[in-house]
Amino acid sequence: MSFSFTDEQAEFRSVLRRFLAEKSPTTEVRRLMETEAGFDREVWRQLSQDLGLTALHIPEEYGGQGFGFVELAIAVEEMGRALLCAPYFSSIVLAATAIMNAGDEAQKRDLLPAIAAGDSRAALAFTEDNGRWDAAGVSMTATPRDGGYQLDGAKSFVLDGHTADLLVVLARRPGSAGEEGLSFFTVPGDAQGLTRRLLQSTDGTRKLARLEFQGVSAELLGEEGGAAAPLSHTLDQAVACLANEMVGGAEMLREQALEYATLRMQFGRAIASFQTLKHKAADMLIDVELAKSAAYYAAAAVDGDDVDELPAMASLAKAGGAEAYMQTAIHAIQIHGGIGFTWDNDTHLWFKRAKSSEVFLGDPNYHRELMLQRWRD
Amino acid sequence: MSEDTEVSVRAEVRAWLDANWDPNMGLVDWRNKLADSGWGMPTWPSEWHGKDMSSDLGTAVEEEFQAIGAIGVARAGIRMLAAATLLEHGSQMHKEKFLRRILTGEDTWCQLFSEPGSGSDLAGASTRADLKDGRWIINGQKVWTTSAHHAQYGLLLARTDWDLPKHRGLTYFVLDMEQPGVEVQPLRQMNGHASFNQVFFTDAEIAPEFMVEGLGDGWKIATTTLMHERRGADGLRRWSMGTDRPERAYVEEKTELATAMAPYKWYPQRMGRVDLVIERARATGKLDDPTVRQEIAKLLILSKSAEWTARRARAAQVLGRNQGPEGSIGKLAASHVARLANHVHTLINGADAMLTGEDSPMDGVIAEILVSTPAISIAGGTDEIQRNIISERVLGMPKEPRNDTDRPFRDVPRNMIR
Ligand SMILES: Cc1cc2nc3c(=O)[nH]c(=O)nc-3n(C[C@H](O)[C@H](O)[C@H](O)COP(=O)(O)OP(=O)(O)OC[C@H]3O[C@@H](n4cnc5c(N)ncnc54)[C@H](O)[C@@H]3O)c2cc1C
Repeated sequence: MSFSFTDEQAEFRSVLRRFLAEKSPTTEVRRLMETEAGFDREVWRQLSQDLGLTALHIPEEYGGQGFGFVELAIAVEEMGRALLCAPYFSSIVLAATAIMNAGDEAQKRDLLPAIAAGDSRAALAFTEDNGRWDAAGVSMTATPRDGGYQLDGAKSFVLDGHTADLLVVLARRPGSAGEEGLSFFTVPGDAQGLTRRLLQSTDGTRKLARLEFQGVSAELLGEEGGAAAPLSHTLDQAVACLANEMVGGAEMLREQALEYATLRMQFGRAIASFQTLKHKAADMLIDVELAKSAAYYAAAAVDGDDVDELPAMASLAKAGGAEAYMQTAIHAIQIHGGIGFTWDNDTHLWFKRAKSSEVFLGDPNYHRELMLQRWRD
Repeated sequence: MSEDTEVSVRAEVRAWLDANWDPNMGLVDWRNKLADSGWGMPTWPSEWHGKDMSSDLGTAVEEEFQAIGAIGVARAGIRMLAAATLLEHGSQMHKEKFLRRILTGEDTWCQLFSEPGSGSDLAGASTRADLKDGRWIINGQKVWTTSAHHAQYGLLLARTDWDLPKHRGLTYFVLDMEQPGVEVQPLRQMNGHASFNQVFFTDAEIAPEFMVEGLGDGWKIATTTLMHERRGADGLRRWSMGTDRPERAYVEEKTELATAMAPYKWYPQRMGRVDLVIERARATGKLDDPTVRQEIAKLLILSKSAEWTARRARAAQVLGRNQGPEGSIGKLAASHVARLANHVHTLINGADAMLTGEDSPMDGVIAEILVSTPAISIAGGTDEIQRNIISERVLGMPKEPRNDTDRPFRDVPRNMIR
C-alpha cells in the first residue's frame, strides 16, 4: 500500500482542478441544479472526449484507459470539491463498474466502449422505495418471456436515472428472496413500459429519479441469479469513490471557511484571531485529514491484491467521511455567521451535498455495522 | 405558588372566557377586549394590559385559552421583543401608542440591529443618525432583518456619536418603516424561505420623541431586547398554528398567520422538531433499530434536560431574580438540540432524507428541518458569543483583552461595506 500519490497522479489532479474551476464555478452549479437534466452537454463532451475522464478506469480492451480506482478516486474527489453537476458518478462509478463486474465478455465489449467515450450515459437502478442499499431489499421481478425477460416493479433514488441512455437494473426471479435469484438486466432509457420521473431533492446537484417498470423487456446482464456478489463488489467500489468525493467537498468547505475567517472583522479584529475559531479551524483540519486518509486507503484497497480487504475499508471510509463532511459543513456555515445561512452564499450548496452524501449508498450507522461484519482481525 | 391561586385563577379566566369569548367577533375587537381585561398578557403590569401575574400563572391562563380554543393576543415575532423593551424603557407616549396595537396584531415590528459589518459585534453598528432641523436623519444599512418587508415599525440601533467609544455612541429609536427613506429587499435563505431582508436608509426621518430613553443609551436598551430574544429562544414557546374553523375570528387569525406570520413558518423546523421523532421512527420502522434508538434516546435526554433547564430559569425569575444571562444557557442548549435532531431525523428517514417537497416525508417538513437547523446557532447571537457570555458573565472568567472599546469609534478597524 502506497501512502502518497505519484507525480503523475498529482499532475492529473492539478489539470483536473484547473478544468473544473473553469467549467464548474458555483454560478454554473447553481444554473445546472435548477435544470431537470442537471448537467451541461458541452462540459460532458469536454470531460469525456478532451480529458478522457469517462474512460478512466475502464480496461483498454473495452475502449477505456485502464487506470485504477486510485485515479478514479482522484477524479471524483476533484468533482466533489467543485460540486460538478454531471452524471459521472452514476454512469462511470456505478453503472460502468457494475457492467465490468457482472457482464460477460461479449456484453462488456458491447456496452462499455460507448460509456467510456461518454456517448452513452448509464445508470444503476437497484434501490427501491424502501430505500435499502443492499441486494436483499430488491423486490422488482424479472419474468422470462420470449427468450428474454420482462421487468415489473419500481426503482427509486436512482442517480441520474431520468436522463440515462442505458439502465442497469437489479431484479429477482419471482418467488426468490434475499440474495438468491437476483440478476442484472439492461434496459434502454426510452424502453416501452418504463416511466421515469425526477424526484425533488434537497441537493439539486445530485439528481435522483423514480422509475416504474410495467412489463418492460430487458436483457440479462451476466449470469442469471448471480447478481448478489457483483452488486456487493460494485457497491464497495462505489462507496470507496463516494468517500473520496466527500473529502473533496469537505476540503473545499474547510478552505473557504478559513479564508472567510481571515477576512471578516468583528470587535476590531479578524474573527480568525479568536481562539475558539482557531480551535474550530484546527479541528476541521483534523476531521478532513483523517477522512482523506481513510478515503485514499479505501481507493487503494480497490486496486490492491488483497481482495478481501476492500469491503470493511470501503465502509470505514464512508462512515468516517460522511461524518467529517457533515461536521465540516456545519462548522463552515457557523464560521460564516448569518451570511452562511443565505442562499446567495455558496456554503449551503456543499452543506446539502454533505447531507445527501450522508445517506446516499447507506448512512454511517449502516456502514459501521457492515464494516464490523466484514472486519478481519 | 400555592395550588389555590392557580386553581382560582383558572376558575376566574374560565368564567371570563365563558362570558366574553365569541369566535364570531372580529379578531381585533376580540384582542382589544383582551388588552382591556388584562387576560391577553396576564404577566404584564396591570396598568399596561396585564394582571401582574407570575409566569406560572400566565402559563395556566394560556392553557385555559387553549382548552376551549380561544384565540390569544398576537405574540409571534419581534413584536413581543418590542413590547418587552418598551415596557422597560419606553416613555408613557410610546407605551400608549404602541403596546395595544402590538397585542391586537395591527402592527408588526422588526429589529434593526445587525449590519453587514456588525453582527456579533452589534456595538460596531455604523448606521448613522444625525440631528438636522429638529429631526433625526438616518443613513446606512441593516441586514438579516426578519419581517422588515411587512413591518410597520422597527427597533433601530444607530450611531449618534463617532468620537465616543463604540458602546457609548449608540442610540435606540423607534423607526416608522413606511416612509420613502426606507427600502427593504428580501434575502433568500438556504432553506428557500425569504423571511429576512436587507434594509437601506437614505435620509429616513425620525421625530425626536421616538428616541427611546436618552442619547447614548442605545447599547443598554439593545441589551434588554437581546436578553428577551435569547430567553425566547429556549424552545419553550408554542406557536399558534391556526385552525380551519369557519367562525370569523378563526378565519381572520388564519389570514394573519398566512401573511404576518409567513416568515416564521419554518421556525418550528429550525428547532429540530423533536416532537416528530418518535412518530416518524415508528412510521419508518426505525424505532426497532437499536442503533437509531440510542440516538433518539440521546436526543430526548438532551431536549428534556434543556426544557427543564429553561423552566428552572423561568422559575428563578418568578422568585424575583433579575432577568440575567441565564437565557444564554437555554439558547445554547436549543442549538445543541437542533443539531442533534437534524442528525436523528436523517437516520430515521434514511434515503428519504435526500428528498424534498411533495416527494418527501410529511410534504417537506422533514426536509425543511434538515436545511433549517443551522439558523439556531447563528440567529440572535451565535453559539460562540453565547459561550463568551456564559464564561465571562455567568462564570466570571476574565474578559479577553480588547482593542476596540477604549478609543473613539471612528478609529476602530472595521470591515469595508460591500
Ligand atoms: C435566521 C436568522 C434570523 C435573523 N434575524 C435577525 C433580525 O431579525 N434582526 C437582526 O438584527 N439580526 C438578525 N439575524 C442576524 C444575527 O443576529 C447575526 O447573523 C448574528 O448575530 C451573527 O452575526 P454575523 O452574521 O455578522 O456573523 P459574525 O459576527 O461575522 O460571525 C462570524 C463567526 O465569527 C464568530 N465570532 C464573532 N465574534 C466572535 C468572538 N468574539 N469570539 C468567538 N467567535 C466569534 C461567530 O460566532 C461566527 O461563527 C438573524 C440571523 C439569522 C441566521
